[in-house]
Amino acid sequence: MSLLHGETETAGAEALPAAEAAAPRPRRGGWRWLLGRLLRNPSARIGGGVLLLILFCAAFAPWIAPHDPLAVNTLGRLKPPSAVNWLGTDEVGRDLASRLIFGTRYFLLICAIAASISAGFGILLGLVAGAGSALADTVIMRFTDMLLAFPYILLVLAIVAILGPSLWTAMAAVGVAGIPGYARLIRSVALTVKREEYVEAARALGASEAQIILGTVLPNTISPLIVYLSYATPIAALSAAALSFLGLGAQPPTPEWGAMLVNSRSFLFTAWWAVAAPGLAIFVAIFAMNLLGNGLRDVLDPRDV
Amino acid sequence: MSAALSPARPGGAASRVPLLRAAGLVVRFPVRAGVMGRPKAWVHAVDGVDLTVQAGETLGLVGESGCGKSTLGRTLLALRRADEGSVEIEGQRVFELPPAKLKALRRHAQMVFQDPVASLDPRRTVGSSVRMGLDLHGIGTRAEREAAVAQVLRRVGLRPEHAERFPHEFSGGQRQRVGIARALVLEPRLLVCDEPVSALDVSVQAQILNLLKDVQAERGLGMVFISHNLAVVEHMADRVAVMYYGRIVELASREMLYADPQHPYTRALLAAVPSPDPAQRGGVAAPAGEPPDPARLPSGCRFRSRCPLAMPRCAAEEPPLLDLGQGHRAACWAARGA
Amino acid sequence: MSENAPLLQVRDLRTHFGTGPDAVRAVNGVDLSVDRGEVLGIVGESGCGKTVLALSILRLVDAPGRIVSGQVLFEGQDVLAMRPRALTALRGRDIAMIFQQPKASLDPVMRIGQQIAEPLRLRGGRTRAEAWREAVELLGAVGIPNPEEKARAYPHEISGGQAQRVMIATALALKPRLLIADEPTTALDVTVQAQILELLRERCRALGTALILVTHDIGVIAQMADRVAVMYAGRVVENAPVARILGDPAHPYTRGLMRSAPVMGAVQARLQEIPGGIPDLTRPLRGCAFAPRCDGRRQAGPARCDGQTPPPFIPAPGREARCWLQDGAPAAQPAPAGWS
Repeated sequence: MSLLHGETETAGAEALPAAEAAAPRPRRGGWRWLLGRLLRNPSARIGGGVLLLILFCAAFAPWIAPHDPLAVNTLGRLKPPSAVNWLGTDEVGRDLASRLIFGTRYFLLICAIAASISAGFGILLGLVAGAGSALADTVIMRFTDMLLAFPYILLVLAIVAILGPSLWTAMAAVGVAGIPGYARLIRSVALTVKREEYVEAARALGASEAQIILGTVLPNTISPLIVYLSYATPIAALSAAALSFLGLGAQPPTPEWGAMLVNSRSFLFTAWWAVAAPGLAIFVAIFAMNLLGNGLRDVLDPRDV
Repeated sequence: MSAALSPARPGGAASRVPLLRAAGLVVRFPVRAGVMGRPKAWVHAVDGVDLTVQAGETLGLVGESGCGKSTLGRTLLALRRADEGSVEIEGQRVFELPPAKLKALRRHAQMVFQDPVASLDPRRTVGSSVRMGLDLHGIGTRAEREAAVAQVLRRVGLRPEHAERFPHEFSGGQRQRVGIARALVLEPRLLVCDEPVSALDVSVQAQILNLLKDVQAERGLGMVFISHNLAVVEHMADRVAVMYYGRIVELASREMLYADPQHPYTRALLAAVPSPDPAQRGGVAAPAGEPPDPARLPSGCRFRSRCPLAMPRCAAEEPPLLDLGQGHRAACWAARGA
Repeated sequence: MSENAPLLQVRDLRTHFGTGPDAVRAVNGVDLSVDRGEVLGIVGESGCGKTVLALSILRLVDAPGRIVSGQVLFEGQDVLAMRPRALTALRGRDIAMIFQQPKASLDPVMRIGQQIAEPLRLRGGRTRAEAWREAVELLGAVGIPNPEEKARAYPHEISGGQAQRVMIATALALKPRLLIADEPTTALDVTVQAQILELLRERCRALGTALILVTHDIGVIAQMADRVAVMYAGRVVENAPVARILGDPAHPYTRGLMRSAPVMGAVQARLQEIPGGIPDLTRPLRGCAFAPRCDGRRQAGPARCDGQTPPPFIPAPGREARCWLQDGAPAAQPAPAGWS
């Protein structure tokens, strides 16, 4: 009966303002506030901690790594983990631990480049589509529809096929394939923000359309953007690793984790560590990013902000 | 700083030019069948409105939801374009101004919005929101702007150190004070207030109404005060315009409108306000029937479907805003002396 | 159960949102009673707990809110102790409720007539055809034109005012003894509001239904209520017959509320403000919640106003005011231990 249809909605809607009006709300906004809340979130703490460790390894790889990651030792092939080779050696006797440590550089590089390409073009297109003219919106959205019509990995493969296999083209391909997702996100946020009364207020103060887009709409896309970034980047990193695994990305002897995996896969039953090491590295890194993403989403939840 | 507007400053040769004049204003919205479909009908949110506001005067604009009063308010400040008609602020036709001139004009014609939550950018500190106008118009040095912000915050009853806080840290009433400060910092000569207190509780509403009245008197502002609340409009306005479905149906001084309303819609509105005296209970002559579909208004007078005085002429001929003398105007064939 | 016992009695009701030190004490010790056929107005500003109180009476408070303590006695039975089956029987049949947003309260995919007929059939024991016929009659009774035709309409096809009429018809279909209306006209235009108030008054009188009318609008209270409870910060600060509340308020907050709203036909140069804003309900209130904004604080003694919660004094029979200015009048009861 209708009494029951109404109750949940009305009760919830009323309860919130009542609580909101009274609760002393902590200072919101600003990076320090964000960091403080993240540190109190367990999943963000773990994910962020692992990523910091990866960052540290990448920055100080030459000092941390016990061996040269490219040094071949034909006498010490596929040795199990030991005191000298912490994680054992691969099929040409290179030290796996050192390769993993140097691999963090490639991992972060892929994340950074792919995310920059996706987010950079995605934000640009999304803003123009969401806050610009109706014609621009139609053109850009049909373009993203076209990109989205291909399965993600097929799109990536097609771009690599055009550009030729290398680490750089893999990053570019993954980056380009990520554009439509960002563009759609930013567009939808821009469309919402554009209708907000504070945008009208900015216009009433004398702001031009460009000033409104850059000064008011763009800053208001940051929260959803950060959350999306933390979801989309691991997918991009995983795809880049997959490309390397297929031989279309990083080429041997580069110590990139995906490429390491493909070289060792034939020894899965004789030298499992050679497969397990890069496999686990990829897993842990991606998992950490997802944890951080979950934490960020909890902290920046739009219902909350 | 006001070079662009100096010809129209009060006291100059152009002082008889009204602060704000709208003539024949029409704003239409299409009613579409589908998302991309051709418009199957038009809703006239504003349908032929003429009005003037003099410096130092408050014009109250009152009407029920959907009567077009908010759209009119925004059109008066060129925040949206009119489909027909013109708006002049200090003698300048706002729809014909090049962007730079319009921007310069905006400095002197500001707006206070209804929703103190939605009208403040959640990502800007209060100080940044208030300073925004000064930044956009490049007024003063950084230090002078900060000083101006501190001063205006004090004027609206906040503390200068509030500038560093974010809107969510304030109550509704305080946020509305910020909204008023943001408009006042540019030292406008015209202020359009769109339902500035309808989101506030009565005790806070009194604070904001007093503030607006004080500021208006202090600075000799011309004000358009939009509200659905007849008691609030009576408290604030010198002259009152009553809107019904895009039209001004009655326009008079506050005293005349409330004491001697001539349009049956105005009378119904006034009668419908619940009296705070329990001795005067019931007997309310609310207009019969439901408000019409805005896309299919009755022919002739748009109020005739709910009007107790409707006669054949009302269906045939739409009454213009007839002059009843002493500045009292009503769009009704049955009005006194019509 | 004797005939002059009140229909509904609320005793020391407390509803909190959240737990621990951050809990919002939305309803913080409310005592009320409603007689048969009486119209009780509950008036207060946003955040005073009036809506949460209304929801608590029917145990409709959702998490994170919960009723912490107290009693809600309807004809002597404690609603808060009822088993789910008894509670379901109570809701709608004995106590019905209507809300501020009538459109949100109607099922968008069900014909209007169906929404009224359903409870008649399921709980009133009518057959399908009888229930439909009665629904059409009820629609006519709440002033819907062409009820046969409108009964087949869907909620999006009617206006907000008509939707509220439908809600009233639904709520009163089973002739409940108490109707709780939470800001029933706040979302409506003033001309429609007048019609709906008239309708509520007429229907409740015809059925002998008592009404709890929650609103922030003094005018609505003046037009509708027999008795008024004024709420502030989760408590009833004054409770008196409507003429007394409006003519001679005993609590400084009530007085402030009356004076701060502009009144048509009585233009003043300035409105009387109540300084400051509502208190933070997450902090335990010491003393009177209104003390920081009160103009009578000095007179009543700041130390007492800030430190001790005033009990409900009875300045005259049938009136209660929680204000130290009324000290000297008998108190209804000593403030229970643990008042915070």
